[in-house]
Amino acid sequence: MSVKNIARRDFLAKVAQGTAVAACGGLLWDYLLRQEVRAHPYALRPPGALAEADFHAACIKCGQCVNACPYDTLKLAGAGGDMPIGTPYFTPREVPCYLCPDIPCMKACPTGALSPQLKDVNDSRMGLAVIDLENCLSWKGLRCEICYRECPLQGRAIVLETHPRGISKHAMFFPIVHSDACTGCGICEKACPTTEAAIRILPHKLVQGKIGEHYRLGWIEKNEITQEFKPAAPEAPAKPGKKAPGMDYLNEGAP
Amino acid sequence: MSTAPQHPRSAALTSIEKLHARTGMARIVSWRYVVLRRMTQFGILLLFFGTAHWGWEAAKDVPLLTGNLSGSKFLGLIPMADPFAVLQIFLTGHVLQKESIIGAALVLGFYALVGGRVFCGWVCPVNAVTDLAGWLRQRLPIPTLFALNRNIRYFVLATALILSVITGVAAFEWVSPVGMMHRGIIFGMGLGFLALIAIFLFDLLILKNGWCGHLCPLGAFWSLVGKTALIRVRFDKDSCTHCGECAKVCPEPQVLNLKKLEQTGYVVAGECSNCGRCTALCPEDSLNFDLRPLIHRHHPASGAREAAIENRNT
Repeated sequence: MSVKNIARRDFLAKVAQGTAVAACGGLLWDYLLRQEVRAHPYALRPPGALAEADFHAACIKCGQCVNACPYDTLKLAGAGGDMPIGTPYFTPREVPCYLCPDIPCMKACPTGALSPQLKDVNDSRMGLAVIDLENCLSWKGLRCEICYRECPLQGRAIVLETHPRGISKHAMFFPIVHSDACTGCGICEKACPTTEAAIRILPHKLVQGKIGEHYRLGWIEKNEITQEFKPAAPEAPAKPGKKAPGMDYLNEGAP
Repeated sequence: MSTAPQHPRSAALTSIEKLHARTGMARIVSWRYVVLRRMTQFGILLLFFGTAHWGWEAAKDVPLLTGNLSGSKFLGLIPMADPFAVLQIFLTGHVLQKESIIGAALVLGFYALVGGRVFCGWVCPVNAVTDLAGWLRQRLPIPTLFALNRNIRYFVLATALILSVITGVAAFEWVSPVGMMHRGIIFGMGLGFLALIAIFLFDLLILKNGWCGHLCPLGAFWSLVGKTALIRVRFDKDSCTHCGECAKVCPEPQVLNLKKLEQTGYVVAGECSNCGRCTALCPEDSLNFDLRPLIHRHHPASGAREAAIENRNT
């Protein structure tokens, strides 16, 4: 065997060894990554953040959104904490998002993890306010409604519904959150006077249900069957002399 | 060529002697690049920190330097981004915004000119940790535990890129001790210091220059970029006595293969971080920073210069 062949063999063996090391290490690394990425499903992201998986892919962990935030709302997650490492998040009970109209955090993002497609900060969907009915002062019958009054989209994201109360003349004022307008800014959570906030912001995925598209709410005007769910095309009419399919029972017992 | 050994041991010993006989002042001067490197490393972090916490501004409403080493903006105008991080994000399939691509191109261009691993030696804060470990290791009787091929870092680099495709997240950015350190210093450390302690102990007790010299994929990335660098360490073979002191202080001693250097006239390998340890130490002044296009012009001139000095003396 020539010297060249031996050298090549040696080289190939080394490449194989290196690849094996990389593959073994890669498996461990892959495991670590998957653990880290799903570390916290409760993370609340800045306005305009992409869906969580896309956000994880796109965020370069530079913290420029954190620099740009004038209220020190945003924090950059440290290593080994609850939040996925190096990504921006906020804790509404500490400092909520005050919905700057010019969205400086989104503008500071160099990668598009905070999407520039967000034109109006009121269209952002950072999370959804959820009320703990058992501990909400208003739902207990007290006059609180602080969340309603503090809500920057008052009357749209949080509305008050009055309910008569049996033993007293006074109505109860129930705050109700509407997901089509709630930005998840968390100003309500910050303002809630209970010891532990009775209204909280959570990611939509954790709290929002979804009815099937086949449900028809017949009492709502124009609530038609959706395009996606059309009834099957009628079968071809039965030929004379044959029984119509599915209609037999009408003729049964006929004189 | 004469039959006598080209580099007699006596000459080398004289050189080493010269090194040991240095005055205290000369010793301090030989630390000049270390001092400069610490100043750039922590100076840059200070600019980030000052902008983040003390509201440092170049003018009204013009923040000085926002972000961190992964991505930043200088004077609210010039974007910069870590091209390795951007490459990983690109591989996850995310469509990057223009700003991060321009930023990565600027940074890549800069290091392609001054030397890829100038990032490692002059900017990366983990370098301060590993330098400390390396410095201590030289002074403590720590036996070699095992040897590891230095090219393993290129496999780590390849793994990082492949994993970015597979997992859909920038694989190195999510575990990077480099990121943990600069993000930690600027935005809050969390448990990141544990990774730094681990690297320190690894370098000190387990493997000499273990992290930066063997494993770090970011260093591997910059090594590949650094092949085009203009600023290189020039080698003057006429004055060199092969005393080997340069290789003792070099964290990547394989780049100072003197036989290769005699042919090329400068350090070609991309793994050189232009840290300047060897140039400051060399007792014969055979190693110096130079611009690559000028090296070949300087190289023959080095002999002529000595001749000129001799002429003056006679």
